[in-house]
Amino acid sequence: MIAGYNTISMGTGRKEFNPKKERPGLEHYMKEAGQATLAQIGGAGNVDEGVVGNFMASRFNKQAHLGAFMAMVDPGLRYKPSLRVEGACASGGLALVSGIKSVLSGSAEVVLAMGVEVQNTVKAIYGADILAGAGWFPRRKDGHAYFFPGQFSDRAGAYYEKIGRDKARKAMARWYRNAIENARLCPTAQEFENKTADLEAQGLMEPNPKSFTDHLNVFDCSKVSDGASTIAIVSEEGLKRCGVALKDAVEVVGVGHAADDITALPDDLTRLNTIAYAAKEALKSAGITVDQLATVETHDCFSIAGILGMEAIGLAAEGKGADFVLEGNTARDGKIPVNTTGGLIGWGHPTGATGVHQAVTIWEQLTGKAGAAQITIPSDRPYGLTVNMGGDDRTVVAIVFKKTV
Amino acid sequence: MDYTERLSNVTVLGAAGKMGSGILLLTSLEIADLMLKPENKDRHFVVNAVDVTSGALPGLMNYIRGQVLKAAEKKVVMLRKVYAGRKDLIENSDIIEAYINDVMNLIRPGTRIEAAYDSTLVFEAVSENAALKTKLFRQINENNPNKPWIFTNTSSVPIGGLDKDAGLEGRILGFHFYNPPAIQKLVELITIGTNPEGMKEFALQLAKNMRKVVVPSNDIAGFIGNGHFMRDALYALGEAGRLSAEMPLHEAIYAVNRVSQDYLMRPMGIFQLIDYVGVDVVRFIMNVMNPHMPGENLHSPVLDELFDKGVKGGQFSDGSQKDGFLKYEKGRPVAVYSIEKGDYAATEGFAAKADAWLGALPATAMPWKNLVKAADKDAMAALAFADYKKSGDTGASLALAYARRSREIGAKLVSDGVAHSAADVNTVLLTGFFHAYGPVNDFVL
Repeated sequence: MIAGYNTISMGTGRKEFNPKKERPGLEHYMKEAGQATLAQIGGAGNVDEGVVGNFMASRFNKQAHLGAFMAMVDPGLRYKPSLRVEGACASGGLALVSGIKSVLSGSAEVVLAMGVEVQNTVKAIYGADILAGAGWFPRRKDGHAYFFPGQFSDRAGAYYEKIGRDKARKAMARWYRNAIENARLCPTAQEFENKTADLEAQGLMEPNPKSFTDHLNVFDCSKVSDGASTIAIVSEEGLKRCGVALKDAVEVVGVGHAADDITALPDDLTRLNTIAYAAKEALKSAGITVDQLATVETHDCFSIAGILGMEAIGLAAEGKGADFVLEGNTARDGKIPVNTTGGLIGWGHPTGATGVHQAVTIWEQLTGKAGAAQITIPSDRPYGLTVNMGGDDRTVVAIVFKKTV
Repeated sequence: MDYTERLSNVTVLGAAGKMGSGILLLTSLEIADLMLKPENKDRHFVVNAVDVTSGALPGLMNYIRGQVLKAAEKKVVMLRKVYAGRKDLIENSDIIEAYINDVMNLIRPGTRIEAAYDSTLVFEAVSENAALKTKLFRQINENNPNKPWIFTNTSSVPIGGLDKDAGLEGRILGFHFYNPPAIQKLVELITIGTNPEGMKEFALQLAKNMRKVVVPSNDIAGFIGNGHFMRDALYALGEAGRLSAEMPLHEAIYAVNRVSQDYLMRPMGIFQLIDYVGVDVVRFIMNVMNPHMPGENLHSPVLDELFDKGVKGGQFSDGSQKDGFLKYEKGRPVAVYSIEKGDYAATEGFAAKADAWLGALPATAMPWKNLVKAADKDAMAALAFADYKKSGDTGASLALAYARRSREIGAKLVSDGVAHSAADVNTVLLTGFFHAYGPVNDFVL
């Protein structure tokens, strides 16, 4: 993959964001991100296919048929194959999988992969209805007003039972602190300008079941975001065609893509089994172990999802995710820096774009383009992993990337 | 009659007015909460929204709908539980819409007083005219077999007089909201000795359910809120008149307005507050109170002059400010009315001179919006007053004198038996007027 680009993750927290004023729509974000990547790969003429990951533009923006927006990004893409894929918050990951398969099949040498979501068109309470589409609709009636926070609140409650509430809450607050501190290093992050002094104290604010959920507070949650991300998926031939140096590329060495039954309840609220399966598949196909990873971008739609993700990926033993975080292992100076530009809680979560954003972040880190957020990639651990989750652990895309030079 | 039964048929008189619309909203939301309880599913509830201005009723209903929508959005977590049995309501948007419909279906808008003849409770928010209130209460009382309780929103008319003149046998109390009722936390509660058993308790429960802070006031015209505000306004008018020996009156009004806002760290200057309430309303309240205040003269010739010239302040139906003492652009004062010229004088023509005359505002004088968020507001305000005492500037001297007079007014409300305590006076100014510190504070001495 080459030529990544993230727009700003726009929403509360950004000083440019004013919910009372008219704001840019899908077209703006798609053009900005798409054109930025095209500029890095020698223009639209070098692209064979386009793929757009998007979750719910059909409701947030009353707009479907996003594949046909690629030709709006650049007239050079007119009549080229383009499609939109959807897998809830894993839509971006599915766009990457789709592009990778096209390249592997030989039907394309260069695929422009994009993820986009513009969610601030409605108040959060209505956005919760829309995002609930990532779950099974017959279960919506009995769900929480904030449906997915409600789902992960239940997971947090089960985790409190399993390891103790106090430790779990502390770990979740630490997760929040790490996310914001990392976001402060990334100018496109939604929390880039966050000035809160004591983040862990803020993260420890008691949940209020009357206005929100039983076990999560708002700081445990990812952002409501508008944004787009793009990256080009290329073969070796495509890399040459685009005129991009090998050092500016990352190699995709492993993919795990899994989906579970959306109508079924989780087997165990304290386990993210689909993430575990997909991550294992990705590592297996890459031929590496989890110890060889230099960094991970994991899907922390909620702080508890981040912690459970550490266990599911295999970085921490079952029930030890909170300890793993509290011991500082996931901090940017820890054993394995996680979500180095803030993840979904700090950088933002434009749902359909998140999977691509994660890939762009890993591409930046492995090619030394992460600016102030740059971490050191040890030469004996030249790998990065992305884990992009749709719904409550229903669709997962995990990808292993390798530094090329 | 229990709490729920008392609220089964309510009338709001003057429902389309600034206060009446807010009272209608709060009452309807409270009744909806009762109506949606499973045990009340077979009960029938009605809220009559009565106003003589027929043309204002559609706007009133639109306002109520918009406000109920906001209320529903805030409490949707609870509403999902309330509507758990409705299988057809699945998404938040479905539930919010159902709630709005349920609340709106409670309300019967109309222009006829007869709607109140079946009511068990009547809220009154018509104009501050004792004769009009008496006439309406008497008419309802004579035609309503339920012996309804009357909650008047009067801010100035003594309750005992209304009770006697309308022959209500004690079935009236003062339940005085502050503007806007949906936002302001304060309710001044004025009971009288002849109130029937349970009436005060019901009022306290209702105020609690509406999440209001209740301050009791004795039944003396103007009560605590206007008892302070009217005298505060008269002091400001007197100060402006005194200073007009040194400068044109409109410049003096500007200076006193600025002192009362910036130096006293209040949400708005005193003349802006008079405009907000309405020059005509303030004048009217003084006229209502004055006969009850022996030894005082609650009257201002300046208010008379403005009123006669048609300069009345108040708000347009969209909530924007009408011109009064001050002229407003986008809600901000830009000019001051000159009585001599019969026109507004732009502040940019004299503000620099007047500001220089006042002197530099000490850095410890925080903007109200910052002070009101401070953890220890009294301590922060005290720092500013300490600097005023050290300063020889005119603005600081005016501020000290103003704050001391405000304190004196507050203390007198207690000694006159209007308020039970200085703390009650401070609570009224803090919650009803959004002041950052109460007037009865020793740091101003």
